[in-house]
Amino acid sequence: MAQQTVLNATHRALGAKMVDFGGWDMPINYGSQIEEHHAVRAEAGMFDVSHMTIVDLHGARARDFLRHLLANSVDKLKVSGKALYSCMLNEQGGVIDDLIVYYLAEDFFRVVVNAATRDKDLPWIEQQAVNYGVKVSERKELAMIAVQGPQARAKVHALLTSATRAHAEQLGKFVACEGDGLFIARTGYTGEDGYEIIVPESRAVDFWNRLVAAGVKPAGLGARDTLRLEAGMNLYGQDMDESVTPWQAGLAWTVALDAGRDFIGRAALEKQKADGVASVMVGLVMDEKGVLRHGQRVVTAHGDGEVLSGTFSPTLGKAIAFARVPAAAGGEAQVDIRGKLVPVRVVKYPFVRNGRPAEGV
Amino acid sequence: MNEIPGDLKFLKSHEWARVEDNGSVTVGISDHAQGLLGDLVYVELPSVGDEVQAGNACAVVESVKAASDVYSPISGKVTAVNSALSDKPETINEDAYGEGWIFVVKPTNLAEESEELLDPDAYAELIESEEH
Repeated sequence: MAQQTVLNATHRALGAKMVDFGGWDMPINYGSQIEEHHAVRAEAGMFDVSHMTIVDLHGARARDFLRHLLANSVDKLKVSGKALYSCMLNEQGGVIDDLIVYYLAEDFFRVVVNAATRDKDLPWIEQQAVNYGVKVSERKELAMIAVQGPQARAKVHALLTSATRAHAEQLGKFVACEGDGLFIARTGYTGEDGYEIIVPESRAVDFWNRLVAAGVKPAGLGARDTLRLEAGMNLYGQDMDESVTPWQAGLAWTVALDAGRDFIGRAALEKQKADGVASVMVGLVMDEKGVLRHGQRVVTAHGDGEVLSGTFSPTLGKAIAFARVPAAAGGEAQVDIRGKLVPVRVVKYPFVRNGRPAEGV
Repeated sequence: MNEIPGDLKFLKSHEWARVEDNGSVTVGISDHAQGLLGDLVYVELPSVGDEVQAGNACAVVESVKAASDVYSPISGKVTAVNSALSDKPETINEDAYGEGWIFVVKPTNLAEESEELLDPDAYAELIESEEH
């Protein structure tokens, strides 16, 4: 039996089409995922992301622990509320998961990891935490709603008390604050401005309904996927997993090889960097009609690669994808679609910026 | 749920067939199928003149979510394709049994093959049972 978030009945009442997503019964759309996509790009939409796993880390050595656990450096987190995106690697440099970590106090950090990887992430984190005396607490009683789009913040602000609103209005990007019993983070997975808001389960339905009343359009996981791919954001399990390093997943920007920090996987990453990385992640755009899909073969002058995330981009009106290809490949390629080789362009991503096609895409 | 027109016959794989007054057969996918696929963004049509076999794939409909083969319910020669779908594949979402038709065949073995197809009630039962 699939797990349900506290908003399950609310989704059904809104007419959502429900699907199994990593063991969770989640809305894929509420009618049209393309309309939901455009709503987020043009105005404001929201997603139930309560299936994601919230883990609190308490202990005097919490920062030391995270310096060891994560490939990005939590030393960048100096102000309470500040967030950081990072990979969590195994000793071989393979990606166990990607996550966001929030610095709340020297003895209190919060991480949000993927739902589908929860069952391997928690034992891994707990195992590493023992040496640092850090207490690992999963916060199952918390729900999470992502409100995204150019009007998202204003619509949320209208629902807050004046003190919390004043705080939220001044929040920088990738920073969180607390107020009105909410944890309000200016983060997201769509490329738009907005918040990811952690709310106690007991208040989640009411908060969702107030957002609906404020004109925020419910959007499903279908739109979430096209939005994040347009924005050039990786999806764990599709774009990277334990068999590839951040170098091969377009995530070099998240790796901090800062002096004197011995994080898990560092030695393997440094060796691979010195030896040369054989495959890299690139963006593809297909000008011909059709849709790029996960698993399709990519043909380049330097050998074959594979489509990772592929979809139809509602903003561009054509297919886009991430692909892993031989490192030397660039410019032009072809994708094998049902036995036919279709030309594609190798491009830099994000594909969409500020609601518009990015330059060169 | 949308009303299923009484003059249609169905494959289990959710294609519909309608015998027209001139004896040709119009083919599309059911309203239930378009609902499962979600927003359609691409339709790969057969060519006029193609010979199609009942039960064989002869077109592809792609939504944002998935690509799905379209099987011909009836054997014959393709006499028309709905080329308007190339620019407006979402027509299938909006009107699966009408403007969203995909192709027309001149049948070669209609009497026998149509016996194999489901009538609207049997098809309604099928999708009912798939949902539970």
